[in-house]
Amino acid sequence: MGYRIGFDIGSTTIKAVVLDENNQICYKSYERHKAQVRQKALDKLVELKKYTKEPFKFAISGSGALGLSEQGELPFVQEVFASATGVSKLYPGTDCAIELGGEDAKILFFQGSVEQRMNSTCAGGTGAFIDQMATLLNMSLEEMNEASLNYHRLYPIASRCGVFAKTDIQPLINQGVDKCDLCASIFQAVVDQTITSLAQGRKIEGNILFLGGPLYFMSGLRNRFVETLKLSDVQVNCPDTAINFVALGTAICADQEYTYDELYKALEDLVHAPAKLTESKPLFESEEDYQKFIERHKSHDAKYADLKNYAGKAYLGIDSGSTTTKLVLLDENDAILYDSYTSNKGNPLDVVLGDLKKIYETNPNIKIYGSYATGYGEELMRHAFHLDGGIVETMAHYTAARSFNPEVDYILDIGGQDIKCFKIRDGHIDDIVLNEACSSGCGSFIETFAKSLGYDAKEFATLGLKSKHPVDLGTRCTVFMNSGVKQAQKNGASIEDISAGLCKSVVKNALYKVIRAKNKDDIGKHIVVQGGTFQNDSVLRCFEQELGLEVIRPSIAPLMGAYGAALYAKKLHRTRSNILNYEQLVKFTHKSQSVACQGCNNHCSLTINTFNDGTRLVAGNKCEKMVHNLDTKKEELPDLYKIKTDMLNAQKKKFKHDKKIGMPLVLNNYDLLPFWTRFFDSLGYEIVWSTPSTKEMYHSGQQSIPSDTACFPAKVVHGHIQQLIDKGVDVIFYPCMTYNVDEHQSDNHYNCPLVAYYPEVIAANMDFDKTKIVYPFINFDHDATFAKAIRMHFEKVGIHFSEKDIIIAKNAATNEYEAFHEQLVKEHRKAVAYARENNHPIIVLCGRPYHLDPLINHQMNQLLTQLGFVVVSEESVPRQKNHKVNVLNQWTYHARLYQAAHYVVENKDMNLIQLVSFGCGIDAITSDEVRDILKDGNKFYTQIKIDEIDNLGAAKIRLRSLKEAIGQQKGV
Amino acid sequence: MSLEYTLFNSDMKKDYTILVPSMLPIHFRLLTPVFAKSGYKLEVLTNEGEQVREEGLAHVHNDTCYPALLVIGQMIDALKSGKYDMDHVACAITQTAGGCRASNYLSLLRKALAMEGWQHIPCLSANANGLEKGSSVEFTMPLILRILYGALYGDALMWLSNQVKPYELEKGATDKAVNQFIDELIPMFEHGSYKQSKRIYKKMLEMFKAIPQDRTQIKIRIGIVGEIYMKYSPLGNQHLEDYLIEEGFEPVLSGVMDFALYCVENSIIDYEYYHMHEKNHYIYNIVKDVIMRMQKTFRDIVKKDGTFIAPDDFSEVIDNGKAFIDPGVKMGEGWLLTGEVVSLIKSDVTNVISAQPFGCLPNHIVAKGMVRKIKDEYPKANIVAIDYDPSASKVNQENRIRLMLANAKLSEEMKASI
Repeated sequence: MGYRIGFDIGSTTIKAVVLDENNQICYKSYERHKAQVRQKALDKLVELKKYTKEPFKFAISGSGALGLSEQGELPFVQEVFASATGVSKLYPGTDCAIELGGEDAKILFFQGSVEQRMNSTCAGGTGAFIDQMATLLNMSLEEMNEASLNYHRLYPIASRCGVFAKTDIQPLINQGVDKCDLCASIFQAVVDQTITSLAQGRKIEGNILFLGGPLYFMSGLRNRFVETLKLSDVQVNCPDTAINFVALGTAICADQEYTYDELYKALEDLVHAPAKLTESKPLFESEEDYQKFIERHKSHDAKYADLKNYAGKAYLGIDSGSTTTKLVLLDENDAILYDSYTSNKGNPLDVVLGDLKKIYETNPNIKIYGSYATGYGEELMRHAFHLDGGIVETMAHYTAARSFNPEVDYILDIGGQDIKCFKIRDGHIDDIVLNEACSSGCGSFIETFAKSLGYDAKEFATLGLKSKHPVDLGTRCTVFMNSGVKQAQKNGASIEDISAGLCKSVVKNALYKVIRAKNKDDIGKHIVVQGGTFQNDSVLRCFEQELGLEVIRPSIAPLMGAYGAALYAKKLHRTRSNILNYEQLVKFTHKSQSVACQGCNNHCSLTINTFNDGTRLVAGNKCEKMVHNLDTKKEELPDLYKIKTDMLNAQKKKFKHDKKIGMPLVLNNYDLLPFWTRFFDSLGYEIVWSTPSTKEMYHSGQQSIPSDTACFPAKVVHGHIQQLIDKGVDVIFYPCMTYNVDEHQSDNHYNCPLVAYYPEVIAANMDFDKTKIVYPFINFDHDATFAKAIRMHFEKVGIHFSEKDIIIAKNAATNEYEAFHEQLVKEHRKAVAYARENNHPIIVLCGRPYHLDPLINHQMNQLLTQLGFVVVSEESVPRQKNHKVNVLNQWTYHARLYQAAHYVVENKDMNLIQLVSFGCGIDAITSDEVRDILKDGNKFYTQIKIDEIDNLGAAKIRLRSLKEAIGQQKGV
Repeated sequence: MSLEYTLFNSDMKKDYTILVPSMLPIHFRLLTPVFAKSGYKLEVLTNEGEQVREEGLAHVHNDTCYPALLVIGQMIDALKSGKYDMDHVACAITQTAGGCRASNYLSLLRKALAMEGWQHIPCLSANANGLEKGSSVEFTMPLILRILYGALYGDALMWLSNQVKPYELEKGATDKAVNQFIDELIPMFEHGSYKQSKRIYKKMLEMFKAIPQDRTQIKIRIGIVGEIYMKYSPLGNQHLEDYLIEEGFEPVLSGVMDFALYCVENSIIDYEYYHMHEKNHYIYNIVKDVIMRMQKTFRDIVKKDGTFIAPDDFSEVIDNGKAFIDPGVKMGEGWLLTGEVVSLIKSDVTNVISAQPFGCLPNHIVAKGMVRKIKDEYPKANIVAIDYDPSASKVNQENRIRLMLANAKLSEEMKASI
């Protein structure tokens, strides 16, 4: 057999393997290609000349190779197929191979029929994700790996997609969690992600082969896999060829013969081949255009003054953001004495400490009269440095923007991780839009991407200005952008075009995904843009192009939050600031320690920061228990979520019988619990309900989830069923219900497809052991068919009910259900009366019945009562007259939302917050309609998207801003 | 404030052009003549490309399913083209009235039109459930019959074309022949003589047999199932059928009349399960019978001739579905999708692509949710779910399809080596 060459060109790297006549590897390599795919492939061939004998066989593989193969008619081998061939030839005893690449995750099963799986469009890249995290932590990959080996505890980090995980990690970094723990937790997230999204119910067992760069280079990551899958050392193998395994497999598969010259010519032609480009406008038509643009934006400069000899009062503002810390010191005329913009590098406290020292060192006599903090790390900053106060981000930014243009009616801030938009009407913040977990990562994404392509962030951004044909990379999440870049690379786009394309994506993402602008009038006439990302001229230009408007970018765009906080400090604080002085700063130290809270069953992960003066700050908590002294009695505000939970708990215990039936407390059962308890009571059975969801419970059922893009409330069902199975219940009852209870407030009374049919998914995907599941199709509208379905399906598991008894039970249950609902309405009226008596604002926290689950709602209700709101739910809203809506109103639960919206419009002291579970397709329709109803009634619309991620940071800002806005509105 | 919009009244029929989004390339060529006879002036849109997606993104909530985005984007893009008299143009869209989001496309379209200030453009609903009275297509018996025949001929042409096109010697010959055949069918609809189905099917068979083909190497058959729009629409699935043919495979798609039968069957099950449609449930049984008999005509002719593979009997599809999922699952494609996958596998098409919009709710249940159960029963099944959305780049989808195709080839080779 002759020589064989295999190339594997991935999203960021090129791998090559040469096999000699004896099937031995005589060459292998692994290098980054910096998006220069074609040239690099040619260079590689030249390098390989001395290792090969002609004629040789050749093939290429990998996502970056598709274009080459199509345009140059080179033989292509699908990458997973290449790995599979390699494994079966070289490691025949393998049961399962796990391969993580730059952006792909793959699992190959070899037991029985060969099965090959790749991550779906949503699951996010793994290698790229770790790279991103490394940048975030300012550590090299080796350092991360080292650190991970010394971890003490793991923090839960969302495992579904890299973007979510990042949002989870950021607050941990801000809280000062130990880096070793962070690194291990990040690896654990990768492992969980691989298992949920790829294994999908199939068990990973037997002999495991680890392949791909991340697994090869990082023993810490392998450890996480080994521990999670409970593998022994003999079961695991990570061969030397792990990083170039696809190339090796490709070489094995290669069967087209080439001479060196033939292949050289083919590759050379590709380097010179004209790239396939999509038509798009360049950012600037000419150099002159560019100069004009630069001149125009120069006019929005801030004033500066000399710090060293300044003797007047000074005001400090700190904006502690997710990835960067911004600090501004102002004089009495709002001129900047000192400013800084620094990457957190994992520790924002050190950053501020350094800045403050520098200020005192430059001017030891500086008289600071006010110091305020804003942003994610506000609390930490306030406590650490004894600042005078904190201000909601939204207010800080508005204060700053107004100083540049008093007429400002729209502020758009794109930071490292957040997009924030505020609409201003009559001098008040009228609408706030924040990006949801899904579209985040925008600003820092450009930076990380630049680095992964081997460029410095600034240099990369300037490249975009020269682009002639910016590529279109789409507007969804960053994971898709990665794929978009692959596509562009495949089409041979230049690095300039990719850079400009990324900037365009960031802009479009903000406009269409977050703000959802329809036309420019929607946004405003006096737009101020800010945030670190707008420092990039390409982004700014793309934004103006996309809107067809000229906007204001203050020269201090990235510092606006801090600038606003300083202005705020000036306005509010008239005496000397409490901020630490130089001597105190020199002594300043802090320690962070993580513990699990024992205050309640949530066992939140708490981070306790201890400072050298003995003060402590606890972060990560959901409630105030551990933070405030327990003896300060706080007024407990009425909360319908809590009240209903108590009512359900009482209902669960209401009926006792020896005979039991298990039911999962999930989805529509949160609504129907009173019905089913009474129904089975009448038939002589007691229901064993699954307990409220916990993370552990969710994980216990995770392996059997077939569709990882389903909503979290549905995915959590697997854990509940698993719990019932583990408890050993004989029979689980979980009916399919196309139709819901008819409340006569909508055109039809469907359930959504997931609520209606999830029992089918459960029955098809879970192992029940001895437990039997009964899941008839039932409809409350018709007694006879209802009774027949129940009877027949229970007969199958040996339980006999007569149809007559079933109908009697149904009637009793219906009364029970209605009485329960009436009680809820009564409680609602009581809560509203209390609020009015004591002058508290009221929030109608809308969602679905299952948003009562504390794991699903992230205890948003508690957060609201802590902010001083009385909380009621959409379920408890008294029946309204039927309103016509502009959409087909055909789901019972969703009709309740429209009712609640109309109700809020009619009540002056109420506002509405809609909880939307990520992936809920139906809420794409309801949220628009609810928003319209509220808009017409001059009310704020606030939507909070929730998923499995456990990060209340963004939600807190929104809720605080809402409170501020409501207060302002009242003040008019 | 409720949204203002204009209803489509029957006076508008004579001078309004009604725009219809594209979906089934072959079938929809017959739509214009089928509706012309009832006085509707229909135009099936053909615009594709980036701007269609862009308009969709700008006019529809981005988390709404992809088909809504494309269909509405296509309408807006067409209306902006300047080709139409804006005072005499209307938009038509279907409503299934099921528990899935698709029933809301009409409201979304109206919202999108209002965004452009086009409230005066009427929207027409095509539904069989009595929704939108006063602005829906009036389905008279003759029109229903013409639609039935149009759909059946379309199904037959699509079914056979997919068996011939992969083998044609001259590229484009099959498409050319199909187009010619449709041209000949059109006048028949205009004259109202569309019912001689036996003669037409026989002629159709002869036409396909006459196309020069190279059948020395038998190609692997790949089934396409999915959400109805993504399954059929080249705009939605990025010309999936053509892609498979170019890669050397033979696509297999069941006809759209199966979907119609599925809807009818659901009404029958509604009666059986919940006693709904009490007054007219027997009509559904008659309709089901009639359609199945019409399908049988074609199936028998193909079988008798023996050159091509005949489509499945729908009653088998129903039974195949029942073995895996309850027929009560009726939102979106419901049990039909599961039934189709199983039917394909049983007729030896073990490689199946399920085309679905990203985040499609029913597909969590009926497609991805059933894969494991099907694989447990048929270990050879090679099923891949492809999510389509406005940003999932083509390379990602292609890569997944390629993997699936590589698997298909591998198992074919293994079969050959035994």
